[in-house]
Amino acid sequence: MADAPKLVNLTVDGKKLTAPAGSLLIDACKNVGIEVPSFCYYPNLSLQGACRMCLVRVEKMPKLQTACTTVVAEGMVVATDNEEIKQARKAMVELLLGNHPLDCPVCDAGGECELQDMTFSYGAAESKYMEPKNHKDEQQWSPVVFFDRPRCILCYRCVRVCGEGMDVWALGVQNRGVSSIIAPNKEDHLECEECGMCIDICPVGALTSGAYRYKTRPWEMNHVGTTCAHCADGCKTTLGVRRADEGMEIVRGDNRDKSGINNDFLCMKGRYAFDFANHEDRLTQPLIRKNGKLTPSTWEEAFELVGKKLNEVRMRDGGSAIGVIGSTHTTNEENYLLQKFARAVLESNNIDHHRTADFPALAAVLSGKQEITASMRDVYNAPAILLIGNDPTEQHPLLAWQIRNNVRLHGAKLHIINSEPIKLRRQATSFTQIPVGAELNAASFLAGDDSALNAITASASRENWAALRNQLRNTENLVIIFGSEIRGAAVTAVTHLASSISGAKVIALADYANSRGASDMGLYPDLLPGYHPAAKSGLTLPQMAENAKSGKLKALYVVGSNPLARFHLDSQIFAGTFVVVQDMFLTETATIADVVLPAANLYEKTGTITNTCGDVQIVKKASEVNGPKSDFEMIVRIADAMGYDVRNLVPFGRGETADMGQSRGAQSGEADRHAVWLQANNLEPKLSPFDPMAIFDEIQRLVPGYRVSRLNLLSGNDEHTQLSQSGPGAKHDPALIVPAHDNLFSSGTLGRYSRALNSVMENRNPQPAEVAAD
Amino acid sequence: MADLVSHPDEVRVVSKRFGKGATNIDRYIELDGYKAVRKALTMEPDAIINEVKNSGLRGRGGAGFSTGLKWSFVPKQASKPKYILCNGDESEPGTCKDRLIFEHDPHAVIEGVMIAALAVGATKGYIYIRGEYRYLSEIMQKAIADVYAKGFAGKNIFGSGKDLDIYWHGGAGAYEVGEESALMESLEGKRGIPRIRPPFPAVVGLWGGPTVINNAETLASVPHILLGGAEWYANLGPPKNGGTRLFCLAGDLEKPGVYELPMGYNLKKMIYEVGGGIPNGRKLKAVVPGGSSTPILLPEEIDVAMDFDSVAKTGSMLGSGGVVVLDDTVCMVKFALRTIKFYQHESCGWCIPCREGTDWLKKTLIRFHNGAGLKKDIDNMYYLSENMLGRTFCPLGDAAAMPMMAFVKKFRKEFEDHLDGKPCPYEKASEEINRELAVL
Ligand SMILES: Cc1cc2nc3c(=O)[nH]c(=O)nc-3n(C[C@H](O)[C@H](O)[C@H](O)COP(=O)(O)O)c2cc1C
Ligand code: SF4
Ligand code: SF4
Ligand code: SF4
Ligand code: SF4
Ligand code: FES
Repeated sequence: MADAPKLVNLTVDGKKLTAPAGSLLIDACKNVGIEVPSFCYYPNLSLQGACRMCLVRVEKMPKLQTACTTVVAEGMVVATDNEEIKQARKAMVELLLGNHPLDCPVCDAGGECELQDMTFSYGAAESKYMEPKNHKDEQQWSPVVFFDRPRCILCYRCVRVCGEGMDVWALGVQNRGVSSIIAPNKEDHLECEECGMCIDICPVGALTSGAYRYKTRPWEMNHVGTTCAHCADGCKTTLGVRRADEGMEIVRGDNRDKSGINNDFLCMKGRYAFDFANHEDRLTQPLIRKNGKLTPSTWEEAFELVGKKLNEVRMRDGGSAIGVIGSTHTTNEENYLLQKFARAVLESNNIDHHRTADFPALAAVLSGKQEITASMRDVYNAPAILLIGNDPTEQHPLLAWQIRNNVRLHGAKLHIINSEPIKLRRQATSFTQIPVGAELNAASFLAGDDSALNAITASASRENWAALRNQLRNTENLVIIFGSEIRGAAVTAVTHLASSISGAKVIALADYANSRGASDMGLYPDLLPGYHPAAKSGLTLPQMAENAKSGKLKALYVVGSNPLARFHLDSQIFAGTFVVVQDMFLTETATIADVVLPAANLYEKTGTITNTCGDVQIVKKASEVNGPKSDFEMIVRIADAMGYDVRNLVPFGRGETADMGQSRGAQSGEADRHAVWLQANNLEPKLSPFDPMAIFDEIQRLVPGYRVSRLNLLSGNDEHTQLSQSGPGAKHDPALIVPAHDNLFSSGTLGRYSRALNSVMENRNPQPAEVAAD
Repeated sequence: MADLVSHPDEVRVVSKRFGKGATNIDRYIELDGYKAVRKALTMEPDAIINEVKNSGLRGRGGAGFSTGLKWSFVPKQASKPKYILCNGDESEPGTCKDRLIFEHDPHAVIEGVMIAALAVGATKGYIYIRGEYRYLSEIMQKAIADVYAKGFAGKNIFGSGKDLDIYWHGGAGAYEVGEESALMESLEGKRGIPRIRPPFPAVVGLWGGPTVINNAETLASVPHILLGGAEWYANLGPPKNGGTRLFCLAGDLEKPGVYELPMGYNLKKMIYEVGGGIPNGRKLKAVVPGGSSTPILLPEEIDVAMDFDSVAKTGSMLGSGGVVVLDDTVCMVKFALRTIKFYQHESCGWCIPCREGTDWLKKTLIRFHNGAGLKKDIDNMYYLSENMLGRTFCPLGDAAAMPMMAFVKKFRKEFEDHLDGKPCPYEKASEEINRELAVL
């Protein structure tokens, strides 16, 4: 890493301050609390000097200077707050307001508008103009993006975030002078990644989203900081929630406070695809199959029935006749609880989940060695990245963002090995295309096995391969990221390469929000939480299906998963199996169930999830639909119905009590620091068997990699877990990994219930895309 | 094609070959053409730069920056190729001199580019010609082809072992791309919008390489300096304002036209003697001394030497040599409107004060000229201009604000005469004009 930057001394408004050489005056001021107003300046995007709001007086310069383009210099003397500057700012706001529609009462940005704030701070009370304002009608550019030209102040943030940040370049400026207008890439509409970054970054209400526009006002929402429920990257998000008939409804998602691993990034799914939560097909009542038909029932009846049936099977056929399939979308606490329930209550090791990455193989190589897993933050800061397989632009939007912006802002070197010419090659220093399925060969070669290339490359390109290997070997702090193409032996090869490079780290890419957590929490027939071997191995998911077919699997408990669709299983094979499904919707799997229990989703519960890198973060209850219960509660209730002492399942009632006075009410969106502190220090008694924190205590005790700072975690920060502290892992059949093949606009079964995703899909290709399920 | 004019006070340097068939390369060579560049090939680069520095040549594009000094800013060693960019986008209302050079003496521009290239170590020169000057592009194209045919451009120019390519490029019709950084954007094929400075083009210019940008007249003067010597050239004008300049006399004059006069020539004399005075026995009302962006001068202010420093003392600027003379029939509100209309139309729209400011000025002036002006509008227009001045991203905003402030300051009474629905007191046929202006 570079040396600490040189500091220069300057004086701003009579205050002496130091700033790193080469930094911008506007940042130097901000760092010491001197506010210099700006519209067009946006950190990490190219400089514009267009809005002229940041004008300051720099001694010895004849004109006012823009603080956003002025680099600090030794001895610089600056004034930011005299009459001349106040007047300049006021005039600039006046000019903007001259043509601004001032429809704040109906504008989405009202209350969160930078122009409103500026007008308030720098004043422009009266309008000096009497001619009519220039008008243009509002345009819809895509299901997601709407544009209202009169509100646009031409700060070009949208253009830059789309181009420089997203590498999509869908927005541009058309015409000149007062006719200048932001324009979409396809005449009158957008064809783009629909990330909504442009809308999010717009300082005014010129760009608005189809999801949120005209729905509510910022001050009428509760703001809940949580983590995205879709892909495995774990974007932090703040959900805007408001009361609705059937509970609490999410109306907006963003990360405007730039906290967390993703700064202000969210992709289409994180930003808009929360709407599955309020889909009209949500199940709100338990269903019991009566006379061949799923019929609504009470919770009591359902739990009683499930408890009775599972007990029957366990006593008659033993636990080995019961299978459990867990979820990649439930919390760590729920996953942990589920495997504990399977093993302790059902007395079965037949537990599995939809596997999308070979974490057990990674654990096997790393166990007890030096920790070399990289965090999502590392991806943004690494000097070099090797990406093997996967297409992060489609499958890991945040990861792709981190990579792109690391390359753009820090000059990181990106090396790609892929069977497809994926979009990220545009950022790559080297791109090597290999035949489909040749990832193992590539990995083995890079790890040192020269013969591995024979099968995949003509001798002509051998030199390039050798050069690449040499270069990688000499790249300190390299981060190696690999998709599910790398499994089994290939994982060993890649980690081998990593351990031969000083400071190198690895990331294995899985597909869903808590795929990693499901794996870490032991949703495996042969592995306990933390990759410790189970005393006796149970059935894998395909084996459970086989046993069902042969009549040996008498009961199947499916939590937040849709194996029928995902693994294309024949529904007939479960004819003789008692199937219980916990889900939000009547999925393919739920339709064949004997009992369906309506489940809450990740936005409706509290707990922790772990992203594909191993960064654990909290999810917090944001929305609510009347009826469903959390998977956590349902698991406990079933155990209870089976006559199991739930105290042995959830260690509740523990924790010390400390009377620390009343915890102060939190401001909207902000963590209740006092409550967080109590909880983090285990001073809050877990009074209920449904308290996930009780299980989190146990996880932290028994899964050493999860001994991270609770205070940090509970305050909404990410904490990187340590895979090297895990047990010995396992070698699994690589065929057990089934990639989800989701793209930017699909998200397994969940995605099918998102109107936002569907509308984009329809807009894009009229025939419905084939979406896999989970 | 413009008619050529002449006057005994003229000192013909740049216009020496006008009307003499010098578009023909052989004729150009006969008239001492391509001698200066041959001389330059024998000189050390620094010696060329010093010669130009000592000649007192200042940029003819408007700002009047010392040409030699500008060249000296180009780093000797650069990791990227260096370029010369000739600015022939001439679009400032009142200015029409570069077109004569392109029309009559295109090789002088090419030779100037070559010498500049040798001075700073550039291997490529671009000649950017205003889009509307299509016929001049054709002349330039031919001239460049002839230069290549003679082996003066391309590889091993004049057998010197040095390489130098010359290209021309046509504009797409925006005044703003005459501004040097927007010019580079345009040449690179992007929207013609200025760049942030620093870095200055001499260090980071075209495609990131060090670039010298000079006006066509500036470059066309260079061969003469090399042949005649710095001292001779410097002595043609007053101190620090070397040489001659093409003055474009326009407006209410007996003999309008482009005249080459020594720097520092008296403006009053220029109007009454060179330009033949105001026709039809009318009186002088005002003079725009150097293109429409320069603040207007009153008759009592015109006894001034036309060099950069003297005109600056009057609060105006020598600018780009466009002298526009207005007689006492001209409505200053209408003239202000005409001027602002131009800048409003040509604002690239990048920055708030110029984009919005020129638009409001235009809207207000239209209403004003139509007789619906309010007293507070007069102050508002001044206030608006004052708040644009010095705060825009590039000098185009200033180019609108400066003359506007002068109009209000110097002709307030005339604005007041338009108030309260009074018809324009200066224009009898105001009906017709109003109709025309209303659709501006
Ligand atoms: C709005 C604007 C328009 C300009 N138009 C021209 C032009 O048409 N021709 C020109 O030579 N310079 C023009 N300039 C000046 C150029 O930016 C630049 O200063 C000049 O080309 C430098 O050459 P010189 O040093 O030889 O004058 C313009 C400047 C501005 C701000
Ligand atoms: S939604 Fe995203 S990709 Fe589409 S225009 Fe906006 S920033 Fe660009
Ligand atoms: S749409 Fe918004 S972000 Fe884009 S230029 Fe206009 S004001 Fe700026
Ligand atoms: S990148 Fe992944 S985690 Fe982030 S918003 Fe998109 S789907 Fe959610
Ligand atoms: S002053 Fe601003 S809007 Fe006007 S031409 Fe220059 S950059 Fe464009
Ligand atoms: S913030 Fe500096 S010009 Fe816009």
